[in-house]
Amino acid sequence: MKRGSPTRQRLTALCLFGIPLLTYPILGLPGGTLADIPVVVLYLFGVWGGLILLAARVAERRSK
Amino acid sequence: MLSGWFIVLLSATYIGVLFAVARFGDARADAGRSIISANVYALSLAVYCTSWTFFGSVGRATSGGLSFLTIYLGPTLMLLCVGVIVKMIRIAKAQRITSIADFIASRYGKSQLLAGLVTVIAVIGIVPYIALQLKAVAASLDVLFDQPGHAIHLWGIDSTLLVAAVLALFTILFGTRHLDATERHEGMVAAVAFESVVKLVAFIAVGVFVTYGMFDGFSDLFRRAAAHPELAGLLELDASRAGTWAAMILLSALAIVFLPRQFQVMVVENVDESHLKRAVWLFPLYLLLINIFVLPVALGGLMHFSGQGANPDTFVLTLPLSQGAESLALFVFIGGLSAATGMVIVETIALSTMICNDLVMPALLRSTWLKMEKRGDLSGLLIGIRRVAIVLILLLGYVYFKAAGEAYALVGIGLISFAAVAQFAPALFGGMYWKQATRAGALAGLLAGFSVWLYTLLLPSFARSGWIGNGFVEHGLFGIEWLRAQALFGLTGLDEISHCLWWSMLANIGAYVVVSLSTVPDALEAGQAERFVDVFRHAQRAPDARLWRGNASLKELVDLLERFLGPARARQQLAAYARSRGQRDWHGLPPDAEFVHFAEGELAGAIGSASARAMVSSVTREEDLGLEEVLDILDEATQVRAYSRELEAKQQALEVATGELREANERLRELDRMKDDFISTVTHELRTPLTSIRALSEMLHEDPKLELEERRRFLGIIVSETERLTRLINQILDMAKLESGRAEWTTADVDVSEVVRESMNALEQLFHEKGVHLDSDLADRLPPVQADRDRLTQVVVNLLSNAVKFVPGGGKGRVRVGVSADEKAVRVTVADNGPGLTAEECGVIFEKFRQGGNTMTDKPQGTGLGLPISRQIVEYFGGKLWVESAPGAGATFIFTVPLPGPEA
Repeated sequence: MKRGSPTRQRLTALCLFGIPLLTYPILGLPGGTLADIPVVVLYLFGVWGGLILLAARVAERRSK
Repeated sequence: MLSGWFIVLLSATYIGVLFAVARFGDARADAGRSIISANVYALSLAVYCTSWTFFGSVGRATSGGLSFLTIYLGPTLMLLCVGVIVKMIRIAKAQRITSIADFIASRYGKSQLLAGLVTVIAVIGIVPYIALQLKAVAASLDVLFDQPGHAIHLWGIDSTLLVAAVLALFTILFGTRHLDATERHEGMVAAVAFESVVKLVAFIAVGVFVTYGMFDGFSDLFRRAAAHPELAGLLELDASRAGTWAAMILLSALAIVFLPRQFQVMVVENVDESHLKRAVWLFPLYLLLINIFVLPVALGGLMHFSGQGANPDTFVLTLPLSQGAESLALFVFIGGLSAATGMVIVETIALSTMICNDLVMPALLRSTWLKMEKRGDLSGLLIGIRRVAIVLILLLGYVYFKAAGEAYALVGIGLISFAAVAQFAPALFGGMYWKQATRAGALAGLLAGFSVWLYTLLLPSFARSGWIGNGFVEHGLFGIEWLRAQALFGLTGLDEISHCLWWSMLANIGAYVVVSLSTVPDALEAGQAERFVDVFRHAQRAPDARLWRGNASLKELVDLLERFLGPARARQQLAAYARSRGQRDWHGLPPDAEFVHFAEGELAGAIGSASARAMVSSVTREEDLGLEEVLDILDEATQVRAYSRELEAKQQALEVATGELREANERLRELDRMKDDFISTVTHELRTPLTSIRALSEMLHEDPKLELEERRRFLGIIVSETERLTRLINQILDMAKLESGRAEWTTADVDVSEVVRESMNALEQLFHEKGVHLDSDLADRLPPVQADRDRLTQVVVNLLSNAVKFVPGGGKGRVRVGVSADEKAVRVTVADNGPGLTAEECGVIFEKFRQGGNTMTDKPQGTGLGLPISRQIVEYFGGKLWVESAPGAGATFIFTVPLPGPEA
């Protein structure tokens, strides 16, 4: 049996990690404002951007 | 107020640039130097961002707050499941898939019925989405011309229809310029990528303008928004809508794969799997960037136009215009046009391919009309069908817009389409990972899901605009409360999209699984299931050719290719194929299974797998392989099991052989050891008499004065030692003969008593000389035995001479010979009154070169071979030789010779 590529597995793990972070109930946690910007906005864009950053690092890493 | 002609000129210029990009892309592709890089691929995926994103997201944010983001979070998560997408791409390449309808149909046995159904669902499902683009472009024109209500008329045609007509013309010129009807459009992909950049820059420009031009950055904007109580709700999430939030993420995650245009750019137009590695983060990054300013623009618009009733869907245009930034507004208009045209081009090309391959072609292939034109080149016809289909799709979009478009905001229309294409998910994902899924199951699931979608979402959207009665929404079908279209079975508390999604998925998945489990696939289906599910495994081998058996004619297949691909392209592909098989000329190709497979693949690229299969089977005579055979060929597990069984059997055989060899080796080593022992013993035995002969001879030689008496004694010893030597050598030879089985035997009837008597007579002198008393007890008239007389004599003589050697001389020695018989054997005993043997000696005495008495001190009296030879002889006759003795009590040697059985 062929094993899946590690890059694919890492990206899939990232997806599974992102689902709970971007849905309720965790999504209900952030509240209030930071520098007048609602924290929930910062949270959503922060998690989203973080996922993209991690995905970029995983995907663009030179395969050994 | 902008000049109408200027706007038209600008739009025309922009479209001209697009054409140039597309032409450049096509030219490079034809030259074999594709400009489709990983970045271009990732940007082309951004065709996902249509007018919906460009105009509609802001509108959505003004009513739903942050929920507009779900439409972009879903695709981000979906792309991370890159394994699924890679598998889809691999399958599409292996099967020459041209569209999502083709993909599903091909998986379920290249079914034309299924392909048609998927096409119908896709067309009906996407029509609202097309309408959305028309509405958005028309609305943006209205804003630019400052004329509400689509009041621009040109020669009596309203602006929306005008937009539709221009887009149709544009798409036709754009996507169906080529006469060769193949699945790839690299020029189009390049143009779409270019458009993606334009719309992103345009949107960010307006976002920066609003956030930093009209307000003082994000903080200022949000602070001021927070001061408006009616806007506060937009800045926080509503936890009570958690279900809707999740449903939207799911819906958009499915849409990024199953929208026909997304499938087109992501799967069909993919030139290199590794491009996905870039897309997996660059495309989500694009989505993030285009969404950063959505909420600021929405809030800014709401605050700026507070109480003026401005359409939030066009805030991106009206905000710059309100500040007099006309050139920015124009740029934004171009961005919006980009978003709409990109979507319309790719979507209608994808849909027109599906309509042509999966709806029109099957009908034409059945009709008699096509057969009359049998000799004609049909590639032109294919292009014609596609062009008509493009016009029809846009027309349908326009009709939907007229019927229902005004009742919804942009995003609301788009979500209806999302829910429609989500119906493909069970059949497609199931088909990729579940071999048992059958065509009947896919048909049932799609039909069930699509029906629910029609009833709970599409028809209510008509009803809302008053186009049809809304009784089934308000009171349920036939007045049955449970059948209220948007509260099916009393399910309330969800928005209409989530409501439709849960019910349609329940119906779809339920029907798909239940029907799949209760039907049996046919051979073709099962074969395709294997190839789809195990695509990574089958990619390394080429089982496809093995799955076709029958008769085909080269000429007919080539004719077929020329008709559908056009003669030039057909010949080009044939030549390339011939080269790949090491032939210089395709005329010499054998019309074998591999060639049929090649022809079907080429046709599938042009007219879809289901139609290609129908066409190929119309000119070939294929033998039915049967389900079992197909599965046997494909099922590697079976093969592996068979191999491992064989291996096990072989291993066992090997172990047995190894065991036998080990035993044989042991025996050989034992024999080798025995041979070594034998040789060393023999040399020792030979040396003893030789030494005494040599010593005595030397004495005689060196001492001439030796007395005669002494001389005589010495010579006597020499003679007797020489005799012993001769005897020893004779016996060794005899032994070797016996052991190697080369001894000669003359078997005859022998009277044992006679033999014993003769032997006694022969040795009488010896006994007499030593003064040993020999007496006998010989039974008379014994039955004869089957034996060699001389050999038997040898045994008796040997036993007697042994006995005489060991008994005391001088009248005290006594040897008694007896012969008796029972019904089985004749028994001979030779008893003496010598020193006797210990129990241990009784065993070893029959070994070679073992002698009675102490060999270390006494002079040896025999050769040590007599008894072993005797035993061999007796055993040859089937008898036994043994000794019974105790120390001091004499020894009795006994041997038996069996009597012949009664039957002999």
